Amino acid sequence: MIYRKIRQPVIRGGCARVSLTMFNLVDPSEPNVASSPPALRVRTGLKTELSAKAQPLAMKTKYDPTDWITHMTRIRDTQDQAAFAELFQYFAPRVKAFLMRSGADATLAEECTQEVMATLWQKAHLFDASRASVATWVFTIARNRKIDALRKQRRPEPEDLVWGPEEEPDQADVLSLQQESEQLGRAIAALPEKQRELIEKAYFGDLSHSEIAEQTGLPLGTIKSRIRLALDRLRHAMK
Amino acid sequence: MNNVKHHLTDSLLMAYSAGTLPEAFNLIVAAHISMCDECRARAASFDSVGGALLEEAEAVAMDDSSFAETMRLITSGAMAPLPTPSRPAGKSVLPAPVRDYVGGDLDSVKWQSIGMGVKQSILPTSKDASIRLLYIPAGTAVPDHGHRGMELTLVLQGAFVDETDRFGPGDIEIADEELNHTPIADIGEDCICLAATDAPLRFNKLIPRIAQPFFRI
Repeated sequence: MIYRKIRQPVIRGGCARVSLTMFNLVDPSEPNVASSPPALRVRTGLKTELSAKAQPLAMKTKYDPTDWITHMTRIRDTQDQAAFAELFQYFAPRVKAFLMRSGADATLAEECTQEVMATLWQKAHLFDASRASVATWVFTIARNRKIDALRKQRRPEPEDLVWGPEEEPDQADVLSLQQESEQLGRAIAALPEKQRELIEKAYFGDLSHSEIAEQTGLPLGTIKSRIRLALDRLRHAMK
Repeated sequence: MNNVKHHLTDSLLMAYSAGTLPEAFNLIVAAHISMCDECRARAASFDSVGGALLEEAEAVAMDDSSFAETMRLITSGAMAPLPTPSRPAGKSVLPAPVRDYVGGDLDSVKWQSIGMGVKQSILPTSKDASIRLLYIPAGTAVPDHGHRGMELTLVLQGAFVDETDRFGPGDIEIADEELNHTPIADIGEDCICLAATDAPLRFNKLIPRIAQPFFRI
């Protein structure tokens, strides 16, 4: 199988496994302590409470993120259009919203979203579930498309790590990364409203901190300290 | 490289992940991450925040024909082919993203002398900020200067020392309006840095200030 040739980056030599290390700043060399037993996938009520507030869309049905990984595998291995259709139905409207909040009009956002989703198909062999959740991966593709199409700039990416032998990612790593991603989602949902709003603006409004200051009328110092507080809370929640 | 002492701030990493930095800053962040495993992992964490927000975000309905259009895009071969991911990793002084902007390795850099043996090469990015490679002979001081905006300096080779600390390969110095400093290249080796700024530097001596508009530093 040809895709194997380019797949399976295994991070060699000490690079912290891509877990949510920002929450572990004190001593990054310390082995990651995260993984609680890979037992139950707990769905707290948090998301539901949040969605009542944020009033989201029709397709708010909650999906099991490991299921998205299976979808990616099906797309990669058998070009499974049904799996792709389900991913599309869930993620495309969110990507479109992200692009519109970043300043694209509906037509451009629609066009770019189609390209983002086509890229997801095209790059399915590069997705590595031990390094990112499907949502995170979709986010990075959408973000790069935003920079390219909306800001007309190149997006410099860091040098690739030296990949190891071609192997499937370790299932334990996959599981703990997915669990941490869910934990992070819950922690973000649980942020005080004012802090969460600013984090959202920082990601979704295509605004620098000083532009957020102009838009909200809040002093720059307040914005910075709220974002810092939010990050502290996330770190705390991820301990 | 794991002996990096001076890292990126949360706000820079977050803005890099959100995609809201000027291109010149994106480049220096990407270059630092290429040299710093810790910041690479932190950047991944900030990407996860983006992913989590995407999941929580409100959605906007796609057009009825969207899925069919996307499948057409995929099957028609209209998508640009994927760039070859295998960049020659090696012992280069320049991290891969910088080589992409130089259009080659260190020997392809078009240096321009700016006096006292110091050379620079401005890399092409969008105009909201600028970025350049600096070559500072061992033991040479860069004129005392302050900053109007933010200046990020990443050491690629050698080291420099200023009033705040010593900066070696992979270290990034983050300077703002409050910092007035005279970086001096370490005596051991010529120093090569990458420096990005969103405003012109402000030199405190007469000569450099006159030269400044000509040299765009």
